[in-house]
Amino acid sequence: MPVEIDIAHVAKLARLDLSPDEMEGYRSQLSVILDHAARVQSLEGEPEPDVTHPLGMVNAFRADEIKSSLDRDEVLAASPESRDGYFVVPPALES
Amino acid sequence: MTWEPVIGIEVHVELATDSKMFCGCAVSFGAEPNTNVCPTCLGLPGALPVPNSAALDAIIAIGLALNCTVSPKSVFHRKNYFYADLPKNYQISQFDVPVCVDGYLDIPTDYGSHRVGIERAHMEEDTGKSTHLGGGGRIDSAQSTLLDFNRSGVPLVEVVSRPEIHSAAQARAYAQGLREIVAELGVSDARLEEGSLRFDANISIRQVGDEVLGTKVEIKNMNSFRSLELAVAYEIDRQIQQVESGGVVIQETRHWDEEAAVTISMRTKEGSSDYRYFAEPDLTPMEMSEQWINRVRETLPELPDARRARYEEAGVEPVLAAVLSSAEPPIRHLFDAAVAVGATPRAAANWLTGEVTAWSRRTETDLDDLNLSGSTLTKLLSLVESNTVSPSAAKEVLDGVLRGEGDPLVVAEARDLLQISDAGPIESAIDETIAANPDAFESLKAGEEKVLGFLVGQVMRATSGKADPKLVNELLRSRAGI
Amino acid sequence: MATLSIVGAARAMRDGTLTASTLLRSVLQKASETEAQVHAYLNIDRTGAEEAAAQADADFADGIDRGPLQGIPVAIKDNMVTRGLETTAASQILAGYVPPYDATVVTRLREAGAVLVGKTNLDEFAMGSSTENSAYGTSYNPWDITRVPGGSSGGSAAAVSVGSALVGLGSDTGGSIRQPASLCGVVGMKPTYGTVSRYGLIAFASSLDQIGPLTKTVEDSALTLSVLWGHDPLDATSFRGDYPDPTAGLGRGVDGLRIGVVRELQGEGYEPDVESSVAQMVDKLSEAGAEVVEQSLPSFDIALSAYYLIAPAEASANLARFDGIRYGHRAPGDTTESMMSRSRAEGFGPEVTRRILLGTYALSAGYYDAFYGQAQRVRSAIRADFARAYADVDVLVSPTSPTVAFEAGARTQDPLAMYLSDICTIPCNLSGDPAISVPLGLDRNGLPIGFQVMAPALGEPIMYQVAAVVEQLAGFDASPELAMVAS
Repeated sequence: MPVEIDIAHVAKLARLDLSPDEMEGYRSQLSVILDHAARVQSLEGEPEPDVTHPLGMVNAFRADEIKSSLDRDEVLAASPESRDGYFVVPPALES
Repeated sequence: MTWEPVIGIEVHVELATDSKMFCGCAVSFGAEPNTNVCPTCLGLPGALPVPNSAALDAIIAIGLALNCTVSPKSVFHRKNYFYADLPKNYQISQFDVPVCVDGYLDIPTDYGSHRVGIERAHMEEDTGKSTHLGGGGRIDSAQSTLLDFNRSGVPLVEVVSRPEIHSAAQARAYAQGLREIVAELGVSDARLEEGSLRFDANISIRQVGDEVLGTKVEIKNMNSFRSLELAVAYEIDRQIQQVESGGVVIQETRHWDEEAAVTISMRTKEGSSDYRYFAEPDLTPMEMSEQWINRVRETLPELPDARRARYEEAGVEPVLAAVLSSAEPPIRHLFDAAVAVGATPRAAANWLTGEVTAWSRRTETDLDDLNLSGSTLTKLLSLVESNTVSPSAAKEVLDGVLRGEGDPLVVAEARDLLQISDAGPIESAIDETIAANPDAFESLKAGEEKVLGFLVGQVMRATSGKADPKLVNELLRSRAGI
Repeated sequence: MATLSIVGAARAMRDGTLTASTLLRSVLQKASETEAQVHAYLNIDRTGAEEAAAQADADFADGIDRGPLQGIPVAIKDNMVTRGLETTAASQILAGYVPPYDATVVTRLREAGAVLVGKTNLDEFAMGSSTENSAYGTSYNPWDITRVPGGSSGGSAAAVSVGSALVGLGSDTGGSIRQPASLCGVVGMKPTYGTVSRYGLIAFASSLDQIGPLTKTVEDSALTLSVLWGHDPLDATSFRGDYPDPTAGLGRGVDGLRIGVVRELQGEGYEPDVESSVAQMVDKLSEAGAEVVEQSLPSFDIALSAYYLIAPAEASANLARFDGIRYGHRAPGDTTESMMSRSRAEGFGPEVTRRILLGTYALSAGYYDAFYGQAQRVRSAIRADFARAYADVDVLVSPTSPTVAFEAGARTQDPLAMYLSDICTIPCNLSGDPAISVPLGLDRNGLPIGFQVMAPALGEPIMYQVAAVVEQLAGFDASPELAMVAS
């Protein structure tokens, strides 16, 4: 089946600001890869999709206990911008 | 045309566990920004989530309280969307196999109890908090945004109702009912002002009798029961006006503006809500065994519904049973204690929800600090029942007891409130009353029974409420010859 | 000394004929001789390593023995976080990032007295089969420096190959330990999913990623695994149960074992030298007493397709956190969204961008069932095929890679050709089973060929048992001869 890709929509979902040329390049590469990947549809039978742990692990929980948190100065030091104990980002919407 | 509003409500309940959903950071409200954070809740490279078992216990408890089926198997999913306060840019949530499904909550309405179906209750993690700087804190005029991740990863239970709510008042009653339950279970602080319960409402309208649902609008940002009720009412009116003026309702998300008391379109861009759910590969499936569910069930406190039924069975009339069952815990505990030592349930309920509660309000005394035990209350009630004190004098006795003046009988004696059951003093009070109200007495003699109550009241007044009203009644009747 | 095995070095340190500090010096010397050509490391932590070596020596002197890795120089793939030591996953988006915590494997190594030499190169976020996708320059194959070392753990494979570390840690999502081990002529092993903690491994595809060792010998591999694995409460997918002794089967031979040759992993696309080498080894195993049968696992034909949906889908979510807010590269922007989108577009290289787009697409509304959902069904079919095969045989064998090391640049313009490098290794990632690559020898051009031994979940002892026999029968003990350059 021919694979249709709305690459601008996908790039937006993935928060990747790509130029039109870049998008076209990725679109054509993706269509080759997806063409190959579409072979998964040739699988015979309909087994249940597998999302189980290979060793059958279930119910991995922790007890409700408080562990020490990170040092704030160390955390904020890795950030591109911080102020008064907060991380800072540009506004959510254009003003 | 008659319109029927169709409303579904999503409630996010923040759990009051000690540590967060997937890491050991403390859950605490009001801490210094970014002090309760670790690699996991900050989404640092390489960090992994491990679920908090107490949060799972809590959602099972909520599910049981809401009459849900607890799924034998459940899995976490990733819900993918980018937002500055969501550190991993996906939220660990649940999709097609939530922990709890198919429950209901009965809510009181003017027409009796109304059952609202619960579609599901699922487990997820909270986001961090954004503060928009500049432009007066409004999101659409901010210059920059400050991020605090202390709340990131706090466990949330999302309870999704079926679209079976049909008025703003019902919406409010549903939310209040849910709050009552989570407070009772002790799984949440249930403080709306701290955001421990948050409401979203999906609202549509249709003509009465239509099967098909109308276009729904999601309303966000209601932070109190009042704003939920106002927002829902506003949105119902808006949609009706829209349609009746020839327009259509657009599927969108709207924001409740508390100050302006209107809902505002949120300008969400189309196609931005493809969440690309897939099973969270960092976590294993969950299996809720019968033993686990039963272990949680055994820890459940008595819930409002069951309590109401129990009060009614004990002989408390339905309205009073409902009032008592949503009364503060100390009042309910006093009720149970008094009934246990022989108090008449109906009288105990009446006194506790009435005079005792009123007294604590009047004197600004915390209910937990009341100088009253179940047996003391029972003694007071039996003084009334044995006609040792009159009901009105009993209020005085209660005041004395609550002020620490001693046992009911001691107070009644000290305050000279014991009922007069001797005919002598009552006869003289009757003489005085007849002398002061000759016309009324003549009417009584003529057979006008309606003045009897008035005259009894006058006699009671003359005896400072201490006379046995029954005896007064009898004596007056015999004097009048009726 | 730098060509010593762990076992040899450990013995010498306990005999008192070698100190950890001397061993480290020789390893660092090797690095300084080879790095200019091989570029195995992104970052060598000389100071930290010297301190750790001194501590190991002090411990030896005090009679403290922390096990087989005490004093052993180890290279860590740079997608495992190290407290206080820059960790980039070979991505521009993490340039300069210093983690505030250690990955669990790093903690385990430190507690075992190992000497962490530094962080090795990889394909950005472990996405690739050649290390050419590193934002900090490609690594080269020590056997021919015009060729790639394989990937994505190419840096660790090259380091072990030249002796600039005695052990390298790698991560394997679709073959990223075994394929570079094969191309560099060393032993590379991917453990059973869930046995080595992923806490602190910068995730590529969480349901497939496993950390494992690259070593000179099979015994070294088993000893290293015994230190690395074990339950970790910080990783919810970590196995809670009894871990077998990886060395239990060493020296037991293959007499009486049933070995299955995978029919689907041969034929078209496999280099003749690779095929003949593998066939010869199969014959030798048979001569050594194993019963060899052919096994067909038909779903392997579509394993690669399933992998290139599942892995990118998970990656698209795992890499969403790189948004320029809390760490890493930030581009300017008027809004949060434009800042994020520009930071990500600038910070990720082309292969990572491609896979994020691919995975986002495979999960998106309207395509999920046909792509991601169907890929998960294929995964079930693969597990079922393995289960059928292991009902009949003890282990399965195949080439590790259809080809030997290829020329740098040969596949960079053709993503699909690059993806085909992993065709033999991917099935075990999808099933979660363990597998190992053991060098067989060199092809006609002097390039290493690897032999893969696969075993059922927690079958590490029997996998090592067979691998040790393969190693012995191959008798491969050559080392790459690099033209010395002035350092």
